[in-house]
Amino acid sequence: MFFQQLINGIVLGSTYALIALGYTMVYGIIELINFAHGEIYMFGAFVGMTLVTVYQMPFVPAFLLAMALAALLGITVEFFAYRPLRRSSRLAALISAIGASIFLQNLALLVKGARPYSFPSPFASEVYKTSLFTISRVELIILAISFLLMLGLTFLIQKTKIGIAMRATAQDKDTASLMGIDINSVITITFAVGSALGAAAGVMVGVYFRTVTPMMGLMPGLKGFVAAVLGGIGSIPGAMLGGLLLGIAEVMGAAYISSQYRDAIAFAILIVVLLFKPAGLIGRSLQVKV
Amino acid sequence: MLRVENLSTFYDNIQALKDISLQVKEGEIVTLIGANGAGKTTSLLTISGLLRPATGEIYFRGKKINNVPPHDIVKMGISHVPEGRRIFPRLTLKENLYIGAYTRKDKNGLYKDMEMVFDTFPQLRGREKQAAGTLSGGEQQMLAIGRALMSRPRLLLLDEPSMGLAPMIVNEIFRIVEDINRTGTTILLVEQNAQMALSIAHRGYVLETGNIALHDKASSLLQNDEVRKTYLGE
Repeated sequence: MFFQQLINGIVLGSTYALIALGYTMVYGIIELINFAHGEIYMFGAFVGMTLVTVYQMPFVPAFLLAMALAALLGITVEFFAYRPLRRSSRLAALISAIGASIFLQNLALLVKGARPYSFPSPFASEVYKTSLFTISRVELIILAISFLLMLGLTFLIQKTKIGIAMRATAQDKDTASLMGIDINSVITITFAVGSALGAAAGVMVGVYFRTVTPMMGLMPGLKGFVAAVLGGIGSIPGAMLGGLLLGIAEVMGAAYISSQYRDAIAFAILIVVLLFKPAGLIGRSLQVKV
Repeated sequence: MLRVENLSTFYDNIQALKDISLQVKEGEIVTLIGANGAGKTTSLLTISGLLRPATGEIYFRGKKINNVPPHDIVKMGISHVPEGRRIFPRLTLKENLYIGAYTRKDKNGLYKDMEMVFDTFPQLRGREKQAAGTLSGGEQQMLAIGRALMSRPRLLLLDEPSMGLAPMIVNEIFRIVEDINRTGTTILLVEQNAQMALSIAHRGYVLETGNIALHDKASSLLQNDEVRKTYLGE
């Protein structure tokens, strides 16, 4: 029972981690909580679902195209909702973020209607059993894709020229521009990468629960935010750790306390973290900000 | 090489530079000296594009560069070592140097220049993987200068390299600044330590509350009574 829940928690948590990465990367660069991020996740799920069901596209290209289109949406949101407010107060940008989130939700409702769409699983519903737990093929695929994406992101941030430029920009924008870094394009790339990861989570969760709705981004979006704060907002390893821990805590809470508290657990964690460790689990000294 | 004409810069409503003009010729070390708040740092920030001038023009090698964004100014050959060093504390020493060469495409030349920086500042060698924030003040200043050299600038803007450093280290840094100049890099040096700055510079400008009060050969400024009284503490 315990190991089964642990596996379930890690699967759920890996999707939270992907969402949390988008929050933490954007926060690291422009100190903004991008509340429209949950809607990017929803958008990704819709694109993936539409490509697979309407256009009969195989899963892998549909998945990649959903990530790419979500990246474009993320760039667009940044350009119209945040860039004009770059020199305004942080509160103004935050309000704009909430506005962008509500706008995208309602746009989806307008275009797609309020009914849920079914997302038939493109994978065989095979289940693998071990003595401690069982895991389905789709869960294995979610785990594999999530970890691959996180490894890829870590490589991008740590080893590539653009990754180093992103970290430099997160630490000191003016000095980064004195090095020849175009800050605006770094911000654009950050939104693109964060949004693509959020969309990847959206598609996978859509496949996992086999439904997609215009409001599906709301709760996972907030939980991704909680995960980012839990790990230490601005920290990339923190977002990964926070996502996994939040997923595990939620599943364990649902299993051992009551499944009705599922969502409450995430927000209880947020309150506790903000009260006792506002910098998150991975403190400043270890923090790799992006 | 650099020509600044009738430059005025504001911070909101406060005018920090009032119609200043100055010139730096190829191969020179020119220093801007003056008290706190005289507009020294503002001048450099305006030249490197981080501040936009309200009026006036800046020409670099014949091209007008006011209104060029800072990241493009670096490509044209101006590199700025900002006040307070501003190394990236959570990047490693090597990453700091690497990012200094952000505008360059030639990988081999880049690593050769990194070696050259380690030759110039042997204290930094062997510590490539260390987070830059853990270096001492003097080492951070060396790293900041090394980082600026990585873009192979024609003109190096140096803002208060002596700030907060022990006299021995200040001497070392100034000796290296002279070496850098001798190998062909033109330097515009902002300093509060007027004695040090004038001793290595060819020419100097004295800034007073946003105006240029004096300019002359550095050796003459060192002899000037007004300068001696106000800036050299005699």
